[in-house]
Amino acid sequence: MEKNIAYIALFAALIAALGLIPKITLGFGVPITAQGLGIMLCGTILGAKRGALAVLLLLLLVALGLPLLAGGRGGLGLFFGVTGGFLIGWPIAAYVTGLIVEKWRTGSIAVVSAIASIIGGILVMYLFGIVGMAIVLEKTFFESAALMTAFIPGDILKAIIAGLLTAAIAKARPASLLSRQAKAG
Amino acid sequence: MISLTSPVETRAHHWSAGLKLGLLSLVTFGLFFVDSVVFHGLFLLFVVVLYALPGALFFKHGWKHLKILWPFVLLVLVWHLIADELQLGLTIVFRMVSAVGLATLVTMTTRLSDMIDVVHWLTRPLQRLGFNPRALELAIALVIRMTPVLVSKGQSLALSWRARSNRRSGWRIILPFTVLALDDADHVAEALKARGGLINQERK
Repeated sequence: MEKNIAYIALFAALIAALGLIPKITLGFGVPITAQGLGIMLCGTILGAKRGALAVLLLLLLVALGLPLLAGGRGGLGLFFGVTGGFLIGWPIAAYVTGLIVEKWRTGSIAVVSAIASIIGGILVMYLFGIVGMAIVLEKTFFESAALMTAFIPGDILKAIIAGLLTAAIAKARPASLLSRQAKAG
Repeated sequence: MISLTSPVETRAHHWSAGLKLGLLSLVTFGLFFVDSVVFHGLFLLFVVVLYALPGALFFKHGWKHLKILWPFVLLVLVWHLIADELQLGLTIVFRMVSAVGLATLVTMTTRLSDMIDVVHWLTRPLQRLGFNPRALELAIALVIRMTPVLVSKGQSLALSWRARSNRRSGWRIILPFTVLALDDADHVAEALKARGGLINQERK
């Protein structure tokens, strides 16, 4: 119980810290924030349930008015704006990413985590984000999807990085990889 | 850690947080059922007046939160200018700015402690299903406490990278950063257990 709470809270803090440290920007030409990477890592490291709870906890604090998102953003306004759908998709993205890593136990952890991050952190998250944009901007699903294509290459890169990082953490701290524990306590 | 609550004390600070949140949901939901551009223009004007009432400093703070919307405002307006349906474009922009503006207004006029009370009230039905409100409170406190700790650890990591290399650290630095966070999580978990843990809290 204590371990679960500590891991969930620390990962929520980790996502916040990834957005608040300007030093960690993934410069590849496309605007990429490390926070999306944090969502993927929540799933691949903590697993489905804890990963989703960590993201939910962060979103709760953002909704309560703490400036924990990239660039010191926060508050209820974010949930009502154009990108609100993405925020709603975040915990589900972490859940799906974690579920895939939990269930798919053969093969290299790096590859599995990268694929899980692409399915959860990109497909699922964009689905929610695009529906949100379509509602707020009164555009069709495909028109909204077209607006997001510029971000896809960067996000695929992030998913690959998430895979590499998860594999490295599996080596450095095997006991902390809760998504692959036989029976996590 | 600083919250986004306004530095200027307004009358709305004393209203019930639950009431403000309830009204916000109702009004935002309602905005999607009106299509008149005149209505949405007037409503946005009303929101702007709400921001102006507490004075210039409050207005400036509000503006800082809302100006992140401008790329979307521009996008929608250009889109609908090209499609030759400016009226629809204006309706969408007015509604979007009003909805975000109202929500930000609630954030600016509600203290963190009042918000947490609302969360308490909202999670009360879950307690019967075995949800432990102490766990949520503890988790909230841990995030608020540990975020600045992690930020400062990340900054020292970036500094030590720069001391050893003239190239940018990029994503590689996230590995030691995550390992630090995992170690912190283990320490916090042990410290919680050593102090009786959550089970002890439940017995009280």
